Amino acid sequence: MLTRRLIPCLDTRDGRVVKGRRFVDLRDAGLPAELARRYDADGADELVLLDVTATPEGRANALETVRAVRDALTIPLTIGGGVRSIADAEALLTAGADKVAVNTAALTDPGLLDELAGRFGRQCVVLAIDASALAEGGWRVFVRSGSEATSRGPVEWAVEAEQRGVGEILLTSIDRDGTGEGFDLALVDAVSSRIRLPVIASGGASSAGHCLLALEAGADAVLAASMFHDDAVSLREVKSFLASHGVEIRP
Amino acid sequence: MNDRSVAIVATGTANLASVMAGLRRVGAVPTIAASPEEVLRTARVVVPGVGSFGAAIAEVRRLGIDVALRERLARGAPTLLICLGLQLLADESEESPGVTGLGIIAATVKRLPPGVLLPQLGWNQVTTTAGARCVTPGYAYFANSYCLYDADSSWTPAWSDHGGPFIAALERGPQLACQFHPELSGAWGLRLLKDWCDAC
Repeated sequence: MLTRRLIPCLDTRDGRVVKGRRFVDLRDAGLPAELARRYDADGADELVLLDVTATPEGRANALETVRAVRDALTIPLTIGGGVRSIADAEALLTAGADKVAVNTAALTDPGLLDELAGRFGRQCVVLAIDASALAEGGWRVFVRSGSEATSRGPVEWAVEAEQRGVGEILLTSIDRDGTGEGFDLALVDAVSSRIRLPVIASGGASSAGHCLLALEAGADAVLAASMFHDDAVSLREVKSFLASHGVEIRP
Repeated sequence: MNDRSVAIVATGTANLASVMAGLRRVGAVPTIAASPEEVLRTARVVVPGVGSFGAAIAEVRRLGIDVALRERLARGAPTLLICLGLQLLADESEESPGVTGLGIIAATVKRLPPGVLLPQLGWNQVTTTAGARCVTPGYAYFANSYCLYDADSSWTPAWSDHGGPFIAALERGPQLACQFHPELSGAWGLRLLKDWCDAC
């Protein structure tokens, strides 16, 4: 049986791990390679590294950080932040990424998803969707690290991305990011019930119970940053909690 | 392992950095091979693979490596094939209709069944059968939408299950083909890489 995944996320800026709340107020959380090695040893199933300031500052992702993290890891590494072209993706893959996550550039040019999947295979392409709930119900997709609203909804965007050939959806609730209030379960359900791709739920986790609820809502994997950086709960603890609730998980 | 060199075939689309990092970690000295001569003369050869069946086999043919690989495999030379690398051994794949593979295994690579998440992305349990040499039971990392369901009896299979049993790995002497990614499969995967290097 394919197991469900637990994925720590490193948000980086200038070669350091940072963590914010609702995508702002970033604070320092350590060196990427050190955290990566620790999470790998602690049972992480994959690692995601996002250069959260790559798009706002118009910078390419720091390839040095990618190389250092790759050398520290024995598990898959997904890199996102500032990926705008085949060449950007290729540079990241050459430096040590196994998958690339795209966000802002795909909304400007959805054809980029077809190109990336055609060139590197769909298992290599992750679409990152940052969504925020609307007062009138439903959600809106945001770009540029959550600073700019688009006209798209996360469900129809995920459906389109599946048709265009992406392999996975990294679905982040901007409203829950860094709050510890738990995942936006309605968002996870709305997206995962409409596509056949794995959905990684992101934003709001602060307990093993939150992770279980996201998996029950339809996520194939859960991603968390603050929860693990702050040692609030360890990967091992979350895994044994999930296993004790009947979730198939790698021991 | 006296000669520690391992040549990695440049299939054009693979996650080379991760494969090289994994091999270095187990004490091997990886190099990139882009010519038939290198594929023929290096003690150990790794054929990684990420991307589509058609694109990878086209690149292998363009470099003239298909003939060299067939020759290596025919004489039983130590060869490790990863993910798409395993699939290239087959006659053909549903992923790229009309394209022929290396034809070492008389089988067709098929799409994973309906009703399961596709691609299969994540850790799945591997079970071994009698005669396994390097592969041990454990959890391995997979990233595939296509797989093999059978192979001739010269190969010893290991199995996983995603909507039904499929071939997780095939072993034939020092030749090892993995549908999963040993270089991304944690301590279990590193041990497999080390055992393969040491056994050849």
